[in-house]
Amino acid sequence: MDYIIILIAAVFVNNIVLSQFLGICPFLGVSSKVSTSVGMSGAVMFVMTIATITTYLLHQYILVPAGLDYLRTITFILVIAALVQMVEIILKKVSPPLYQALGVFLPLITTNCAVLGVAILALGLEGGSLMKAVFFAVSNSIGFGLALIVFASIRESLELADIPEGMKGVPINLLVAGLLSLAFLGFTGLV
Amino acid sequence: MAEKVNQTQNFLKGIIKENPVFVMLLGMCPTLGVTSSAFNGLGMGIATMFVLLMSNIVVSLVKSQIPSKVRIPAFIIIIASFVTIVEMVLEAFIPFLYEQLGIFIPLIVVNCLILGRAEAFASKNNILASILDALGMGLGFVVALTILGATREILGSGSIFEFKFVSEDANTFILFILPPGAFIALAYLTVLFNKISIKTT
Repeated sequence: MDYIIILIAAVFVNNIVLSQFLGICPFLGVSSKVSTSVGMSGAVMFVMTIATITTYLLHQYILVPAGLDYLRTITFILVIAALVQMVEIILKKVSPPLYQALGVFLPLITTNCAVLGVAILALGLEGGSLMKAVFFAVSNSIGFGLALIVFASIRESLELADIPEGMKGVPINLLVAGLLSLAFLGFTGLV
Repeated sequence: MAEKVNQTQNFLKGIIKENPVFVMLLGMCPTLGVTSSAFNGLGMGIATMFVLLMSNIVVSLVKSQIPSKVRIPAFIIIIASFVTIVEMVLEAFIPFLYEQLGIFIPLIVVNCLILGRAEAFASKNNILASILDALGMGLGFVVALTILGATREILGSGSIFEFKFVSEDANTFILFILPPGAFIALAYLTVLFNKISIKTT
């Protein structure tokens, strides 16, 4: 039951992009085509899950016992940066087709605040365990993917729309994101 | 003399012409996430400005010592150190703000604005220019966040810097202090900003 609540909360109610504002840069940056946004979502899911497992274990078994909790930010960002590099190298060697699909997005993920944000948020889960943290990361990456793909689909059809001169580009995208966020607000109170 | 003019321009560009929020769209996560009131926006802006200033200074001082292959991780460590300092100072002295900003304080590390300035400016320029660049960009960020926060607070809770100017039971646009309001307010502010900056240039 706990797990279902985590899933619904992360995907719909507290959507990581639309109500928590994490990962806005890729959300606005790589959402002009549905195909690229699918690739980005896949890469984020991959990295977010591995990063959360690593940082959770690191925090639980090294930082906390050593009383170094305050070094959390530094260690986490370094681990994530190193991890992204490593994933890139391994993917290139082991699975070229997957690398072809995700490769270009991987370097961008280091500065994606959603990854660091979820890694930190996962530490504060109620009755936290590794299992729960992993599930939390997966749920959040599904939420990220959902928001990104829906937004990209809207932007694709927006290209044909007649938009006032001053609203073109950034403002109309922000407005669409606002309306999308308004739609997700309807899920409030679901869990 | 020309040098002096250059430095002034260097400082001013961050506030209007290359405003990090309205023009370059850097650091959008904290911009949207914490600006439900003018005070929060101001606090976040100042915290970011401090980290930006210190990291620009340090990066420009040590730039010749860092091999170019590992420069990005090196910059990240420098930035993360200052973020940790900010985190500890806020927790100790302004716990109210610390609670309000929450997760967005450690996330200053991944604010593209800071890494962007370290990479694009401080690693190529001397310390004085880097300080001016950081102050200009930082001020642009503070101004943008405060304006956005103030707009949302005025419309959403009928107050400014916690000072309420409508009666207690008045109806306000609650929407603007909720997440969708952040996107919508920023969309219209960007339109307004573009309009003004086109007119002045």
